[in-house]
Amino acid sequence: MKLMTLTSALAIAAAGVLAAGSAQAQTRDTIQIAGSSTVLPFASIVAEEFGNAFPQFNTPVVGSGGSSGGLRQFCQGVGENTIDIANSSRPIRDGEVEACAAAGVEQIIPVRFGFDGIVFATNQSQEGTFDLAPEHVFQALAAKVPVDGALVDNPYTTWNQIDDSLPEQDIVVAIPASNHGTREVFEERVVLPGCETFDVITSMEEEAAEEACLGFRQDGRVIEIAGDYTETLARLEAQPQAMGVFGLSFYDQNRDRLKVATVNGVVPSLETIGSGDYPVSRPLFFYLKGEHMGVIPGIEEYATYFLSDEMAGPEGVLVEAGLIPLSDEQREEAIRIVEEREAL
Amino acid sequence: MATGTADTTTGAARAASPTTRRVQASLARRRAAETRFRLLGLAAVIVGLGLVALLFATILTRGLPAFWQATLTLEVFVDPEIVDVPPAPERSAFANQAEYEEAFLGWQTALARTNWGRVLRNALLAYLPPEAADSGRAVEGLIASNERFELRALVQEDPGLIGETIVFQGLADANVDVWVKGNIDRSLPDDRLPLTSDQRAWIELLLEQGVLTQEFASALLFNVDSRSSPASAGLAGAFVGSLFMMLIVIVLSVPIGVAAAIYLEEFAPRNRFTDFIEVNINNLAAVPSIVFGLLGAAVFINWFRLPLSAPLVGGLVLTLMTLPTIIIATRSTLRAIPPSIRQAAIGLGASKVQTVAHHVLPLAIPGILTGAIIGVAQALGETAPLLLIGMSAFVAQIPTSPMDSSTALPVQIYLWQGNELRNFFEARTSAAIIVLLALLLSLNTLAIILRKRFEKRW
Repeated sequence: MKLMTLTSALAIAAAGVLAAGSAQAQTRDTIQIAGSSTVLPFASIVAEEFGNAFPQFNTPVVGSGGSSGGLRQFCQGVGENTIDIANSSRPIRDGEVEACAAAGVEQIIPVRFGFDGIVFATNQSQEGTFDLAPEHVFQALAAKVPVDGALVDNPYTTWNQIDDSLPEQDIVVAIPASNHGTREVFEERVVLPGCETFDVITSMEEEAAEEACLGFRQDGRVIEIAGDYTETLARLEAQPQAMGVFGLSFYDQNRDRLKVATVNGVVPSLETIGSGDYPVSRPLFFYLKGEHMGVIPGIEEYATYFLSDEMAGPEGVLVEAGLIPLSDEQREEAIRIVEEREAL
Repeated sequence: MATGTADTTTGAARAASPTTRRVQASLARRRAAETRFRLLGLAAVIVGLGLVALLFATILTRGLPAFWQATLTLEVFVDPEIVDVPPAPERSAFANQAEYEEAFLGWQTALARTNWGRVLRNALLAYLPPEAADSGRAVEGLIASNERFELRALVQEDPGLIGETIVFQGLADANVDVWVKGNIDRSLPDDRLPLTSDQRAWIELLLEQGVLTQEFASALLFNVDSRSSPASAGLAGAFVGSLFMMLIVIVLSVPIGVAAAIYLEEFAPRNRFTDFIEVNINNLAAVPSIVFGLLGAAVFINWFRLPLSAPLVGGLVLTLMTLPTIIIATRSTLRAIPPSIRQAAIGLGASKVQTVAHHVLPLAIPGILTGAIIGVAQALGETAPLLLIGMSAFVAQIPTSPMDSSTALPVQIYLWQGNELRNFFEARTSAAIIVLLALLLSLNTLAIILRKRFEKRW
């Protein structure tokens, strides 16, 4: 008898839990965000401050998964079990817009909120200091490099073989894997420009040239990191001669462990990236799902709060966390896009 | 050879027969083999224990300091000029609840708009040299930024504090904590340190005045996760998320698992079909947990349209994972109960159901409980399937129902491990591991106590 009562009590409790759940599922009242791990720290800070500043809204939930992962979730469709906002460290691709439209997501509102720099850094215990140029990076990474006017298998094993000004240190570079938006920017802003300084490449057909530029060596000297920057940092600690690719904000928080390389003689900092002197920076975005605005409470408020003076403004909280701010006009334009729900 | 055999049979009684000689000759070798085996076994145990000890030692030495955290004890004047809000609305002044709630929300918003950072800054300035007042945000950089909201919560609770001076205990910024604990190389040049030389001098000053002390880090246990103020990050949200999941796992997997085991063991006929089921249950127990995560994402989220990141979905996935463990444990307990118990009950005229419900099951309960607790402990530590159903998101709220977004304890460890403020979060991560290990150990201890207490030997 006791046993029967116990089981039925458990069954009722189970039913209760499920019922309470489904009653709540009618209207989700928490904003769901996912995407780029570069944007994650910024979005999390805004989410937290937003929850504290607006007592009527819940604190948004910010997931990770990389720019591509976030946009894929974003384009799964319209409805409460899809996310409302996708963070991205690169602009959305045409294919993704099509995938979105096919799933019924037609109002994609693009919001650019700032910039991030990409820095090269080595373990702080390393003696040598790097003053890189894009062509050095290309020559270190590519499977085939131009030597005396012909493409040959990459012969370089230490940096000083590429250029005398670089230290005698083994070439091992940890770069973001292709699930990261950083990878695309890294290829576009560093590897391709470096590659195109060589005549052999520029005289080739466009497609063949791109293949030659972006074909990375497979001999273990190029390490693709699919996780976040902590993984890159761990790699540098395990393999001190390695060089890693980081976001400026991550480097900023771990200055005591990393030694940064200059690019074209410019030290990466908020100022040099903001002014455009430091060549490798990329815009950061988040995309709002227009269909969810007005259904899930607080999306517009979150977006405008994100772009407010206190957050993404030149003296805002995000700048302290390493964001390179937009100019005031650019920020006003972004706010206008949100308010007028100007979709792509 | 033939003669040898003859010798053996005839000389068995004699002391120095060839067989005995052969046995004696091999004795040393056999003894050596035994000693070797014993030593190998012992070595294996020692290596195992050594690794466990190493693991615990690293985690404890890294994590224990994080249970104490740099804390500022300040006299804060809640300046009515900064905290310029109207008096809190009274329920009696409004005709109905809705109007009151609207007015209260307005009042809350006014409080939220107040510059609490300035209140704290002014309080801190009282302990610092006068020139600190002109140093921009450096002063605010010493105190964890979420303490603004702690102070606001105090005032919201008791609006009478406006205009009063209160003693307020707030966490110092994460970088201050790192500096005070020496978790950073102090000899590095200025541009590679997170704190300015002014800030470092102020820290010394605050330490001398006894304003900055190391207090027990209750934030670690009672706060939710935080990104904007790393020093305030805590495990409360993850803990409640895990609790919801475990409730769902217990409520679903124990009744289903026990019922399945009883049916298979006591009622089901022995045929190909039940053999097939048995093989499948054993296989299910060996399925890698990440597969359950994929299944959960496909079935519960994409098909049933359950929300992302919800402990409900996590609980369902973990239930699938725990079920085989509980079924197998329950079946072996049932099998260990002597048939005489059943025969006696049936002999006295009990029906099959009565035999099971009144006699077999009560005797099996300790074993079932042990199995269930070990299954739940396993589920509590599981991470991989949760990552696939979106439970690795940043959540800064304590979930109030299993449908709210949340993380879980092991996932929180994973998230902290990936936080960019390495100097602070390395210790914090180990502290979170200690909390999780303590929970798991206490669950396992409970299982052992239950077994020892109720176990019956036949």
